[in-house]
Amino acid sequence: MKKILIAATAAVLATGAGLLGASAADKLKIGFIYLGPVGDLGWTYQHDLGRLEMVKEFGDKVETTFLENVSEGPDSERSIEQLARAGNKLIFTTSFGYMEPTLKVAKKYPNVHFEHATGYKRDKNMSTYSGRFYEGRYIQGIIAAKMSKSGVLGYIASFPIPEVISGINATMLGAQTINPNIKVKIIWANTWFDPGKEADAAKALIDQGADIIMQHTDSPAAMQVAAERGKLAFGQDSEMIKFGPKAQLTSTMNNWGPYYIQRVKAELDGTWKSEDFWGGLKSKLVVMAPYTNMPDDVKKLAMDTEAAIIEGRLQPFKCPIVGQDGKEVECKGGTHLDDGQVLGMNFYVKGIDEKIPGK
Amino acid sequence: MQLVLEKRAERSSAIALISPLIAIGLTLATMSILFAMLGKNPISALGVYFIAPFVDSYSLQEIAVKATPLVMIAIGLSLCYLANAWNIGAEGQFLIGAVAGSWLAVKTQGTDAGPWVFPAMLLLGAVGGALYGLIPAICKVRFGASEILTSLMLVYVADLLLDYLVRGPWRDPKGFNFPTTAEFDPVATVPVLIEGGRLHLGGVIALVVVAAGAVLLARTIKGFEIRVVGAAPRAARFGGFNSNQLILLAFAISGALAGMAGIIEVAGPVGHLQPGISPGYGFTAIIVAFLGRLNPIGILFAGLFLALTFIGGEQAQITMKIPLDVTKVFQGILLFFVLACDSLILYRFKLVFASPKVSRGAH
Amino acid sequence: MGLIEAIILAVLAASTPLLLAATGELVTERAGVLNLGVEGMMIVGAACGFGGAWLSGSVIIGALCGIGAGVLMSLIFALMTLGLAVNQVATGLALTILGIGLSGLIGSRFVGEKISLAPHLHIPGLTDIPLVGRILFGEDAFVYLSLALVIGVWFFLYRTRTGLILRAAGDNHTSAHALGYPVLRIRMFAVMFGGACAGLAGAYLPLAYTPFFIPGMTAGRGWIALALVVFASWLPGRLVIGAYLFGAVTILQLHAQGWGVGVPSQLMSALPYLATIIVLVLISRARTGGSTAPAALGTVFVPDR
Repeated sequence: MKKILIAATAAVLATGAGLLGASAADKLKIGFIYLGPVGDLGWTYQHDLGRLEMVKEFGDKVETTFLENVSEGPDSERSIEQLARAGNKLIFTTSFGYMEPTLKVAKKYPNVHFEHATGYKRDKNMSTYSGRFYEGRYIQGIIAAKMSKSGVLGYIASFPIPEVISGINATMLGAQTINPNIKVKIIWANTWFDPGKEADAAKALIDQGADIIMQHTDSPAAMQVAAERGKLAFGQDSEMIKFGPKAQLTSTMNNWGPYYIQRVKAELDGTWKSEDFWGGLKSKLVVMAPYTNMPDDVKKLAMDTEAAIIEGRLQPFKCPIVGQDGKEVECKGGTHLDDGQVLGMNFYVKGIDEKIPGK
Repeated sequence: MQLVLEKRAERSSAIALISPLIAIGLTLATMSILFAMLGKNPISALGVYFIAPFVDSYSLQEIAVKATPLVMIAIGLSLCYLANAWNIGAEGQFLIGAVAGSWLAVKTQGTDAGPWVFPAMLLLGAVGGALYGLIPAICKVRFGASEILTSLMLVYVADLLLDYLVRGPWRDPKGFNFPTTAEFDPVATVPVLIEGGRLHLGGVIALVVVAAGAVLLARTIKGFEIRVVGAAPRAARFGGFNSNQLILLAFAISGALAGMAGIIEVAGPVGHLQPGISPGYGFTAIIVAFLGRLNPIGILFAGLFLALTFIGGEQAQITMKIPLDVTKVFQGILLFFVLACDSLILYRFKLVFASPKVSRGAH
Repeated sequence: MGLIEAIILAVLAASTPLLLAATGELVTERAGVLNLGVEGMMIVGAACGFGGAWLSGSVIIGALCGIGAGVLMSLIFALMTLGLAVNQVATGLALTILGIGLSGLIGSRFVGEKISLAPHLHIPGLTDIPLVGRILFGEDAFVYLSLALVIGVWFFLYRTRTGLILRAAGDNHTSAHALGYPVLRIRMFAVMFGGACAGLAGAYLPLAYTPFFIPGMTAGRGWIALALVVFASWLPGRLVIGAYLFGAVTILQLHAQGWGVGVPSQLMSALPYLATIIVLVLISRARTGGSTAPAALGTVFVPDR
């Protein structure tokens, strides 16, 4: 019985190898672990666009594989290890919850290079990478304050993690440069992804007087509600103008392609090193969608701000920063908050009336 | 002329033996068509699903790891189902077990607590799961409330409780606000059986549970009572069995096993408490219980088989770029065929030429 | 538009898919069949509903596609549980797995596409009535359709002979069969009705709520619909109350946050489920001799010949 099994297996593997073609051996195999389905129109969708852009750049030199809908629970370690075992030499794990499993697998496979998105633990063969999404949100804050008639911004947030908190703070700091009395109403959806709930949250915010909708959840539902109600909104993760041609002001887009290209190139050249990459507007990991539905002076202000951030003339978290409690926040970076403070941000700036959930 | 289903006088052991084979054959045929429609070579695709995972010890270990919680939960569920108690809230009992056991892991974190921690966590998990399982059981025997529905509702409550704990009180203070506890200390984790692998003590515990379940059902009076209460409630009443007590017992055991599976999963493959620790184990285990025909040995094989389709599905994504959705469809179709073929053990088809009763119109 | 009016409008829309799916499941369960595959039927309905609307450009065709898909899914269930006497719980769960997979396969073609949403009604004169006009005459047609459906179901169950027979089949299939009623055929139609409603409920999401399809967009609403049927103790009137209460809790929880009321959102979200359990215990207690659940709910029936 066992012999038959082995023979059958060999036959199957041979067929499989035949399908992949003889050139498979000299291609660099690259694996991706996705949290959602590739069609989520948000976080995973953008990672997959980045992967496709990278494939386009290198063509025959690379072969990519992805596993989608990998839950952050007990299965993720196995999924990552399966990719490593399948001969992938560079593996991108694209959600925070994969941090511990990636670390475990990285220790087991010292010759494979791992890249973990949005985490903070690294190893010799495990890099981390993420985006300075707060830079885009600072610009959004300025635009929002200029465009708002009611002086109330509506913010749909997912979970109170530092990335989201720093986004809210950056928005407010930007908005306060235009209108010191601007208000923000925050609704925690407690999900990254439930279009119905995101739409409900957008409706609630508009009904409570917000006339600009911003979101830190993944689907275009909120954009579409704003469009239907004749309000303005910002996209998230991806270009959402299709869902609100008359509503979208801009969108802070996650543009992973250039980073993937750069890392794959390093891998091909043999120069890959474990790093902590945190890219913003300057490195084009964060890209602003075209500024639309706003007068020319606001557009110019937005573009000037973008340029100033890119050139390093402007820091969204420039000191002094006053917390919600009225006390000044320690300024570890000299002229601005240092990266550690932003990465672990757990306070609201002055001007936000609400409290961080669970705090 | 009409094709109708008819109960057999006694269960057919011949069909019992060949029905899984028929089901697998039908599934293979259906899936071959689907793979061909998707432009994939059916033979290599099926090979990846069913044979490739057997090639190496790594995949075999992974199948065992994946099957462990499924088998443990399903054994408990089978007791309930045999007693005609419809516990479909094992997912909630799994989560509560994980929460109860994790409490100790969180409290002893960073202290020099000894190796008693993990056994104690296991016990807490079992107790937590059992107590949570008793809620629908008590609602049923005391008030007559349908346990199908109360146990299902309690799944969501458990899910939200876990969510609250890891986002609030138990959140890792050094974890940048992410919703997870800190990694458990070594004394609070499940020992691994093979160095460098993922096969852990839970696999052994699952086997013990299977053996215990088999003995309980086949060799003990309680096991006999459980089966009689389910199969012939009136006979049970004449026999003087306390059916309420048996329902409570079945739910308690079932909850305890699910809770234990929960804490093993958290203290083993996951390593910390976080939302989403269960990819629906409690629900998948229901299917495992039925696939295994509510028989402990059958459940062991059913659990391993379902785990195989998960591992195979992942390898199909990697080697053949077959989308995950196809694996879901595949699992669904497989389950339908297996359940349908198993039905023929108890029933048979018969051609009737005229309806034996004059049907009085329903209109 | 006043805030209260706006909240009511949002509640109506949020409750409609729940009400639609739950109405179908209520009829199915009244006939004695427990179909736990509502979520699976809904998500396939959503994918097919969107696909139909996108290809044809018509919301109505989309809705019909959603209904058709739900019916097809429910027929698989009927074949298994009625035709082959397979356990209903296991089949329902398997149906959900299948549905999630199928919807992903079908929906992958429509990723990133957008349709125009079902229009809101506008009846000159009526819709413009202050305060109540928008609520009574200004939502999309599905909202009113779902209410009409519940009334229809109530009438059918309690005012027609067929409805009486259906309930009899759900309470005691052996007696119903002995009286010469075709229990299996009645149950099949009940299951199909449940599938049609679930399919339409799923289609409502991309057709009237958010104009795109995303895998998993039903996000557990099918399971909530199952809970609602119990909460309503299998009575159509209470189902309406339950669905709107549930919708109201969902929407008000969001508004409470906007007003800065700090309640742990998990507690708010858990309330409907806890309430359902309590209601279930209370109604079961109130009636001696068991619950108001259809007595034969979830049991297999094979006619004796």
